[in-house]
Amino acid sequence: MTKLRSELMLALRLLWRDHRAGELALIAAAMVIAVASVTTVGFFTDRVHQALGRQANQLLGADLVIVSDKPVESALEAEAREAGLKTVRMTRFPSMAVRGERNVLASIKAVTQGYPLRGELRVSDELYGKDRAVTDIPQPGAAWIDERLATQLGASRGDRFELGRSTFTVAAILTHEPDVSIGFMNSAARILINEADVAATGLVQPGSRIGYRLQLAGSVEAVETFRTAIAPRLQRGQRTEGVRDARPEIRSALERAEKFLSLAALVSVVLAAVAIGLCARRFLQRHLDACAIMRCLGASQAKVMRLYLVHFLVLGAAASALGCAIGVAAQALLAHWLGTIVPVELPPPGGLPALHGVLTGLALLLGFALPPLAALRRVPTLRVLRRDLGAPQAGGIATYAVGYAAIAGMIFWKAESLRLGAMVLGGFTGAMLAVGALTWLLLRAVSGVGIRGVTWRYGIANLKRRALGSVLQVVALGIGMMALLVLTLVRQDLIHAWETTLPPEAPNRFVVNIQPDQVQRLEAFFEGHGVARPAMFPMVRGRLTEIAGRPVSAADYEDERARRLIEREFNLSWAERMRSDNRLTAGAWWTGPRPGAQYSVEQGLAESLGIKLGDTLTFDIAGTPVAARVTSLRKVDWDTFNVNFFVIAPPGMLEMHPASYVTSFYLPPGNATLLASLVREFPNVLLVDVAQVMAQVQAMMEQVARAVQFIFMFTLLAGLTVLYAAIASTQDERVYQATIMRTLGASRRQLRRAILAEFAVLGLLAGVLAAAGATALAYVVATRLLNLPFTFSAPVWIIGAVAGAAGIALAGYAGTRRVLDAPPLKAMREA
Amino acid sequence: MAQSNEKIISVASIGKTVPSGATGLTILHDISFDVRAGEAVAIVGVSGSGKSTLLGLMAGLDTPSTGAIRIDGHDLFELDEDGRAALRGRMVGFVFQSFQLLSSLTALENVMLPLELAGRASAEAAAREMLERVGLGERLRHYPKQLSGGEQQRVAIARAFVTQPALLLADEPTGNLDAATGRQVIDLMFELNRERGTTLLLVTHDEGLSRRCDRVLRLAGGRLLNGDAAEAV
Repeated sequence: MTKLRSELMLALRLLWRDHRAGELALIAAAMVIAVASVTTVGFFTDRVHQALGRQANQLLGADLVIVSDKPVESALEAEAREAGLKTVRMTRFPSMAVRGERNVLASIKAVTQGYPLRGELRVSDELYGKDRAVTDIPQPGAAWIDERLATQLGASRGDRFELGRSTFTVAAILTHEPDVSIGFMNSAARILINEADVAATGLVQPGSRIGYRLQLAGSVEAVETFRTAIAPRLQRGQRTEGVRDARPEIRSALERAEKFLSLAALVSVVLAAVAIGLCARRFLQRHLDACAIMRCLGASQAKVMRLYLVHFLVLGAAASALGCAIGVAAQALLAHWLGTIVPVELPPPGGLPALHGVLTGLALLLGFALPPLAALRRVPTLRVLRRDLGAPQAGGIATYAVGYAAIAGMIFWKAESLRLGAMVLGGFTGAMLAVGALTWLLLRAVSGVGIRGVTWRYGIANLKRRALGSVLQVVALGIGMMALLVLTLVRQDLIHAWETTLPPEAPNRFVVNIQPDQVQRLEAFFEGHGVARPAMFPMVRGRLTEIAGRPVSAADYEDERARRLIEREFNLSWAERMRSDNRLTAGAWWTGPRPGAQYSVEQGLAESLGIKLGDTLTFDIAGTPVAARVTSLRKVDWDTFNVNFFVIAPPGMLEMHPASYVTSFYLPPGNATLLASLVREFPNVLLVDVAQVMAQVQAMMEQVARAVQFIFMFTLLAGLTVLYAAIASTQDERVYQATIMRTLGASRRQLRRAILAEFAVLGLLAGVLAAAGATALAYVVATRLLNLPFTFSAPVWIIGAVAGAAGIALAGYAGTRRVLDAPPLKAMREA
Repeated sequence: MAQSNEKIISVASIGKTVPSGATGLTILHDISFDVRAGEAVAIVGVSGSGKSTLLGLMAGLDTPSTGAIRIDGHDLFELDEDGRAALRGRMVGFVFQSFQLLSSLTALENVMLPLELAGRASAEAAAREMLERVGLGERLRHYPKQLSGGEQQRVAIARAFVTQPALLLADEPTGNLDAATGRQVIDLMFELNRERGTTLLLVTHDEGLSRRCDRVLRLAGGRLLNGDAAEAV
C-alpha cells in the first residue's frame, strides 16, 4: 500500500516536473482543445438542436399536437398540464361564411386562450394594411378573417357576417398564423374565433367534418415523455404530430442542419486526434532518455510503464476537466448569443456532453499515448551509452493502429449514422493514404531535379533523409490545412450555396384547383399583370390501393407518416420530362413519343411505403383502378418550394381522368392588388401563401449557418494545433542539426534559408494536397450529403499552395529561430 | 584504498558479436578478468576497441554472445531485464561521458531520482547533502542547461553516489570536459571512492586518469591485452 502510494506520489512529482519544464504544454493543449471542442459542440448541438426544433415547431404552432376526430378527452389535457405542459384546444371545421348575398366556404379555427403556443399571430386593422403581433385571441363574438375571406366577402373591420346560427364581427384581418397549413385541401379562406363561440353556431353536429387538436408545449424532455406515455393510449382516430412529422421542407432542412453540425463535431474529433497523435509521438521521443536513465537507475520495465500510465491518466483527467470547463463557459456564451437570434428559452445544458467530451479526450489520449508508452518500455537501456540507439522501430505506423481504432469508434459514435461515419472515416483515411503516397513519390521525384544552392539542397536532403517522418509531417500538415481550407473557403461556398437554394424569387404563392378550361385564361391573367407565365401542372387525385398486387391499408404500417400517406389521396401528375429539381436515384425516366403506362415515385415516399422499383402500383382514381409499374425513383428537392409530386405518370396515361391544375409563382411584396383581382376573376381557385413557411425555413437556415460557423471556430483551433504540433514534432532534431551546421560555419543567412526552404517545400506539398483533399471533400459533402450543386473553386488551390508554402515556412522558421540567435554551444547544450 | 580479496566483479570468457554481413562482427573476444571490492580499475583503449561495449555488458545494459559476468555473486545474465535493473538500483552507480541528466529536472531532482525510484524516504535530504558534498549546494534549483559541463558532471557524480552503490561504473567521465575541469571531477570521484569504499571501474582513454587507478586493463581490437595479469599502477 505504501509502495503504491509512494509510486503514485513519484508519478505525480514527475508529472509536475515535466509540466514545469514545459514538456506537457503541447500535448495538454491538444487535449484541452479536443475536449473543449467536443464538449462545446456537444452542448451547442444539443441546444441548437432544441432551438431548431422550437423554430420548426412554430410551423406547428406547438411542440406536439394531438390530432383527433372526436373532442380530446379533458383527462388527457389535465394529464398534460400535470406533466408541466402548456395546452391549447383547437377545433377546426369548414362552413359557409355569409355576408348579405355573398357566401364563401371557409375553414374555421376556434381556439382557447394561449394560442399559439409557438410562433406568433399577426393581424392588421385593414386589408393589406401594416400588421402587428398579438398575444391575445379573438374575444367571444369577434372573428379575425384572412385577406382572402375579407376580399371575397367584401368585409372590413367592424362588418358583420354569419357562421351557422351565430353572427360575428370582423375585429381584425389575420395576416399570419404560425400553424399555417398548406396542404392543398385545407386552403380555403380562414377564420379564427374563440372556442367559447363554437357551440352557439350549431355547426358542430354528429357526422360533420370536425377536427379536434390539443396543442402542447414545454421542455423537450417533458414533451417527449408525454408523447411516449400517451402513445399506447391513443384511440382510433387519434394521433400525435411533432415537428418531424411536419412538412417535408422542414424535415429536410432539419436533417441537413443536423448533418452539418455532426460533421463539424466529427472534423474536430479527427483533428484533435491527429494533434494528440503528433504530440504523443514527440512526447515519446523526448522521454526516451528519461526512460533509459530510469531503467539504468534500477527501475523495472513495469515500473516505468506504471509511472507513465499514471502520468497520462492524470494529465488526461486534468486536461479533460479544463476542456470541460471551457466547453461549459463557451456554451454559456453561446446560449447568451443564441438568445439574441432566436427568442426561445433553452433548458440548462445536461451533463451528457461533458461526459462525452471527457470520454473522447481520454479515448484519444490513451489510443495514441498507450502504444508509444508500450514502446517506451522497450527503450534499450544501452541508450545511456549509445545515443544512436533510438526508439524501438516496431513503434512506427503500427502504434497508430490503436489510435486509429479509437478515432474510428469515435466517428461512428458521433456520426450516429453508419453512412456519415463511413464517409468521414473513409474520406480522412483515403486522404491520409493518398497524401502519404503522393508525398513519398514527390520526395523521390525531387532528387532527379538539379537543385542549385546549398541551402535548398540541404533543406530537401533533410526531407528526403527522414522520408517517413516527412511523409507523416506532410500528412499532418495537409490534414490540418485541409480542415482550415474546408472551414474557411469551402465552408463559405457551401453555406452560401445552401442559403441560396432558395433563390430570392422562389415561388411564394401556390394556385390550386385551376380547372382545365381556366388554364389559358389564367396564363393570360399573369401576363397581363406582368408576372412571368408560370408552368401549370395537371393533377389527378387517386388513392393508393395496391402495391405489387397486395392490397394496402393504413393498418399495414407501423410508421405514422406511412399511415397518413395511405389514408389520404395522392396528387398524381403527368409530365414528359423530369423537372430540374428532381434527381433520378433508380430506374430510368421515360422517353419516346408513347412511353406506355408507368409511374415515377419519389424516393422518400417509396421508402416510407415500401415501394420498390418494378412494383406495380394501383391507384383508385374516381372509382377506376389505374395500375402501372414503377420504372423510376426520384429524389425531390423540397426546399425549392416548387410544385412537386410524389407520383408522376408519362403523358397519355391519366388525361382521361378528371384533372385540375396547380401552379406556383413569385408575388413581389406589396403587390396585393394582384391577389385581390386574381381571387375576384377566378373565385374557385385556391391561393396558398407559402411565403411565411419559406421565411421561417430561411430564418432557420441562417441560424444554422451561424451555429455551424461558430462550431467551426473550434475546429479551426484544432486545425491550428495540428499545424503547430506537426511543426513542433521535428523541432528538436532540427534545432540540433542547425546547431551542428552553425558549428561548421554556416552563416545565419544560410541557415535561415535552409530552414525556410525545407519548410516551404513541406508547406507547398501539404498545401497542394490539402487543396485537393478540400475540393474532394467539398464535392462529396455538397453532392452526397447536402444535395447541392458543386462549384469548383480556384482560390482554394491558389491559397492552399501559396499560404501553405509561406505559412508553414514562416511558422517553421519561427519555431527554429532561436537556434540562429543563440551561440552554438548554448544551443547545443539545450539540444 | 581499502581493498579486499572479495571479487565484486567476475568476467568470464565474455564475447560479443553483432550481426553484420554474412559472418557478423565480433566486438569482444573471450575476455576474462576479476575486480576486487574497493579496487579502482581503468579500462583503456582506442576508439572502437570495445571498451564501452564491455562497460555496457558489466552494467547489464546489454547481453553478451558468450560468457558470463557475476556482480557480487549474481550471474547478471541469469537474471531477466528487470532483475538486472533491480541489481543496478541496489549496487551500481553510473557516470556517463554525456552526463545523462534529465533536462526537465533540477540538479536536486536529478539526484533525488534514483532514491525516489527505489521508494526511499528522505530522498531530498540525502540528495541535498550529496550535492553539498560535490560543492553544488548553491545550485540545487538549477536546470542542467543552466550549469557548466563540469557542474553537470558533478551532479551526475552526486546522483551516482547518492544511493551508496558498491560499484561505480564510469564511461569516459572526463570526455566532455576540459583538462582542468576534468581533473577536478576526477579528484572528486576518487575522494568519494575512498570515503565510501566504492569499487570503481572506469572506461577512459585519458592516461592521466588511468594512472590514478590501481589497475589498467588494455583493450585492443576487442581483445584484452594484459588479461588477469593487468598491469598494476
